[in-house]
Amino acid sequence: MTASTSAPTRPREGGIAPSTAGYRRGRRGLLYGFLVATSLVWLFPILWAVFNSFRDYSYTSEHGYVSFGGFTVDNYLNAWRRGDFGQHFWNSVIITVPAVVVTLVLAACVAFVVARFNFKINIAMLMMFTAANLLPQQALLVPLFKLYNYIQVPFWFSDSGTLYNSYWAVIITHIAFQTGFCTFVLSNYMKTLPTELTEAALVDGAGVLRQFLQVILPLCRPPLAALATLEVTWVYNDFFWAVAFMSQGDKYPVTSSLQNLRGEFFTDYNLLSAGSVMAALPTLIVFFVLQKQFVSGLTLGATKG
Amino acid sequence: MATTQTQEAGLATARPPRRRAHRLSKGDRLILALMAGVPAVVVIGLVWLPAAATVFLSFTSWDGFGPISEAKNVGLKNYHDVVTIYPPFKPALEHNLIWLAVTFLVPTVFGMFLAVLLDRELRGSRIYQSALFLPVVLSLALTGFIWQLIYSRDQGLLNAVLGLHGANAIDWYGDSSINLWAVLVAASWRHTGYIMLLYLAGLKGVDPSLREAAAVDGASQTRTFFQVVFPVMRPINIIVLVVTVIESLRAFDLVWVINKGRNGLELISALVVSNIVGEGQRIGFGSALASIMLVISLVFIVIYLSAVLREDKP
Repeated sequence: MTASTSAPTRPREGGIAPSTAGYRRGRRGLLYGFLVATSLVWLFPILWAVFNSFRDYSYTSEHGYVSFGGFTVDNYLNAWRRGDFGQHFWNSVIITVPAVVVTLVLAACVAFVVARFNFKINIAMLMMFTAANLLPQQALLVPLFKLYNYIQVPFWFSDSGTLYNSYWAVIITHIAFQTGFCTFVLSNYMKTLPTELTEAALVDGAGVLRQFLQVILPLCRPPLAALATLEVTWVYNDFFWAVAFMSQGDKYPVTSSLQNLRGEFFTDYNLLSAGSVMAALPTLIVFFVLQKQFVSGLTLGATKG
Repeated sequence: MATTQTQEAGLATARPPRRRAHRLSKGDRLILALMAGVPAVVVIGLVWLPAAATVFLSFTSWDGFGPISEAKNVGLKNYHDVVTIYPPFKPALEHNLIWLAVTFLVPTVFGMFLAVLLDRELRGSRIYQSALFLPVVLSLALTGFIWQLIYSRDQGLLNAVLGLHGANAIDWYGDSSINLWAVLVAASWRHTGYIMLLYLAGLKGVDPSLREAAAVDGASQTRTFFQVVFPVMRPINIIVLVVTVIESLRAFDLVWVINKGRNGLELISALVVSNIVGEGQRIGFGSALASIMLVISLVFIVIYLSAVLREDKP
């Protein structure tokens, strides 16, 4: 395009002159060396946490952390017990599962309307939903805090008598906050599905609900899987809403409860490592098993289709 | 809301006629209204109205306890106080700006560089990508803990490797002259992989014939990237810009788990929370801080929306 033709022509891939082959091999070697080194640097903090989580505190305090030996699994048992991980993992499940399921249902509904029909309001709707996900959480804190304190609910619904200090507050806030992103991704995807699909269903006399449930939704399995993976990770990783809307530490999900872990085990870094590794475990499973879905969820939001 | 500015621009982007609305039966119209209406009520009620309420509260002196009708209108007093008589505001603003600048200069540039390196036929490319992207799945709170094992004054790796003991030992998270930079290393560690993924996706979308044409013209790889490839990745560049700005503004978890955003780690988001929870609740004042964040983020949200919706043209 703008490149000048006077620059010396470099040999293109495939047609390598013998004299430059060695040079190119050297550059390749440099490239691989750089990538290997960078990857190791990136993995190191996590490997360091894993390494020390398996070491005995008395061993590391005597020999220092830059040593080898004193291996044990006791840190995990202690952290599990003292950090009450069973309870906090269960709290994470209670919050994450309904939040992600409802978010996806709501987002799929809006995306269907926005992507498959030509209402005047559609673009405004899409903007309203997408922008909601990008607002700073702290800017919503006071009104939501007061609202949840104000709303009285029966005790069978929430043992605090209000929405505040209940899982509900955290769940509905996640839903409201995350629906925007999912709507954006799903509507982009639904727009790529050919119009003929729903036209055909229409000729068969199918109403909009049947078009949605039987034609569009089954085709949206890939983005739904990607979004589910991504949203589970995000909601699980959330620290802020649970701390903001729940006063009882024993209701905290894992990510928010990490703070207590440090308070209790301030001096025992091996225990802290074990707690961190356990808290990271669900997301590490996502990383190893569902990496493809996670990455495509992230990039679906950024590119079209 | 500020989105109205982009609304006209957005509405002008005509899409091909899909299906005429008037062919819909009454029942179908009702179903569609519910499908869009219920989620809209949730998002407006729990995101947009609270955001508007925050702006409203920022003009009042509400203590947060009495009925809201007792809230007195104090005009711009809270904003004036934020700027004039609130010492942590200036450092917090500076830290947010440093955060933004560093996030742009280090992880964004480095992530893009890595994406360019990895976007070619390489043995084990997936393995390098995975290693670099691993921190992205971890929460920011957890990132803070993992790096504490390195930064801790008495038991951290860094001091041990540098041979700093006793009085010479550096408290990387605690020393207010360096803790911001220590935290930024951890934040950059996590952000790089994210940017790399976005640019890898962007580079895949670049028409290979553009690069071939540039190579035929004799342009070097560096030149091809900056003059041909980078400009056509405009949509990704805008997303990276917005993601980086918004994430820098929303940075909260990392500093909050370390020391609740004090002593060198002041950020506007942390000041909002400290004023609202904590000892003396200063709702109006905290809301003024929150409104400042809201306005900054809305500017970038508008940039983002106008960009992605312009791309909407099929």
